[in-house]
Amino acid sequence: MKPTEILFYALTAITLLSASFVVTARNPIHSVLALIMTFFCLSGHYILLNAQFLAAVNIIVYAGAIMVLFLFVIMFLNLKTDDEESKTTMTKLAAVVVGGVLLVVMVAVLRVGTAATYNPSSYSSKVGLVENLGIVLYKDYLLPFELASILLLVAMVGAVMLGRREPGDRHY
Amino acid sequence: MNLTELIIKGILILVLFGVTLLIAMYSTWAERKVAGFIQIRFGPNRAGPGGILQPLADAGKMFFKEDFIPSQANKWLFILGPCLAILTALMSSAVIPFGESIKYDDLVIPVQGIEINIGILYVFGVVSLGVYGLMVGGWASNNKFSLLGAIRAASQNISYEIGFGLSIIAILMMTGSLSIRAIVEQQHGFAWNLFNQPLGFIIFLTCAFAECNRTPFDLPECETELVGGYHTEYSSMKLGFYLFAEYINMFVSSAIISSLYFGGYNYPGMDWVRETLTGSLGAATGHNLATLIGTLVLFGKIFFFIFFFMWVRWTLPRFRYDQLMNLGWKTFIPLSILNVVVTGFGLLFDIKYATWAIVVVMVILALVSSARAPKPAVQPQRT
Repeated sequence: MKPTEILFYALTAITLLSASFVVTARNPIHSVLALIMTFFCLSGHYILLNAQFLAAVNIIVYAGAIMVLFLFVIMFLNLKTDDEESKTTMTKLAAVVVGGVLLVVMVAVLRVGTAATYNPSSYSSKVGLVENLGIVLYKDYLLPFELASILLLVAMVGAVMLGRREPGDRHY
Repeated sequence: MNLTELIIKGILILVLFGVTLLIAMYSTWAERKVAGFIQIRFGPNRAGPGGILQPLADAGKMFFKEDFIPSQANKWLFILGPCLAILTALMSSAVIPFGESIKYDDLVIPVQGIEINIGILYVFGVVSLGVYGLMVGGWASNNKFSLLGAIRAASQNISYEIGFGLSIIAILMMTGSLSIRAIVEQQHGFAWNLFNQPLGFIIFLTCAFAECNRTPFDLPECETELVGGYHTEYSSMKLGFYLFAEYINMFVSSAIISSLYFGGYNYPGMDWVRETLTGSLGAATGHNLATLIGTLVLFGKIFFFIFFFMWVRWTLPRFRYDQLMNLGWKTFIPLSILNVVVTGFGLLFDIKYATWAIVVVMVILALVSSARAPKPAVQPQRT
């Protein structure tokens, strides 16, 4: 086995283990930490694909910002006690149905879709580097890119509006 | 990559790692000496001449203290916290170029842990992970004060990362590269980014203070309100790791500030020095000596910034929490967005010193507002 293959399999094993720990852990803080580990392993996969920029951005955005906020909120909620009893049969049933539907969708997609192929002789290993990514984003996909940024701007304005203090609100 | 190159690279990485640790160790001594100087007292002066062995004595003390884990604490996370803190602190110096290159036979090896084309993003990512050590440790202690300290650390780091990132973006727009080595190489000689980005530098410096949890932004360990903050329950070397991580972060931020804004290993007259040395000592030796001088210059800049960190710590009082948040969200983020926009205009119309316009306007506004502010009436002292 080539070294990259060994790395790939090791990373995949850690990814799957930590991802399953996210859903099985009793303590929500452990879940969050396992999710951070999963994001790390995904970044490792990006690096194996020679997409360094995506790897770094994945760590900055997900592991560095979003998961910090997750941890922040969960620490405030203090969910240390087991609240297994609060989950009714209805909730469990709904969770099973949603998970099953998602599984069906994924199986269908994987059965129908075909993996993209590449030509090893003409393939450039620099395709995932930041310069090429920038050129692709600003040339071929300019409109979707700008639309996504407008969407983010709207979401930001919405968040500010929700968090704004109304004239009659209490001052903390 | 052949064996010689691998060995030289390995030695280089080990040396850089050792130097990082040594500087962090002696920063603790230097901090107390600087504090002593500013407060007109001696500082540590018992262990060795001038207290030079004080860090070793402190380390010995830290190692032999009782390693206490609170009974209600989450044991594994309690241990994981300081480990994460020191791990992320040590990771971030890997991409900093500490010098130009070493010539050996026909090999040219850059004085840098690893050269990647997204260097500054790597630093940014690792810095944003540093907060996990504080949060996990603070939560696992099972202490309300620790938890409050951890939450303050998290919110402070997230808030100041935005200003941090936006001030870097102005630099990236001017240099057109994410690699720190490319950014440093463009500041060849005396063309330092400081002269083009004065406002970006001030925002970056202040955000670096906040990211390192240094005074005046050390609210996560604010002892007047929170006992000891996130490390209230820690003792022995676990506490030592937290404190050590802070000093390593200080070193790394100083190195990054010097590389981004103060030209890294560049100094005025470096071409002349290089030509003279290569002319008199031969190509390889002269080149290596010139590299060494550049590295020493960089370390001089780093030591100045470490001193600056300490100087500020013993001069300014701590901010209040709402002042901290207002400064981050209502002052630095709009200012850095303005900085990015003005830098863009400067690049578009080829005006090199465009961002000085913001500085000039701000100074005028500050002078006007202080001139128009009502003067406090002089109250006669009661007898």
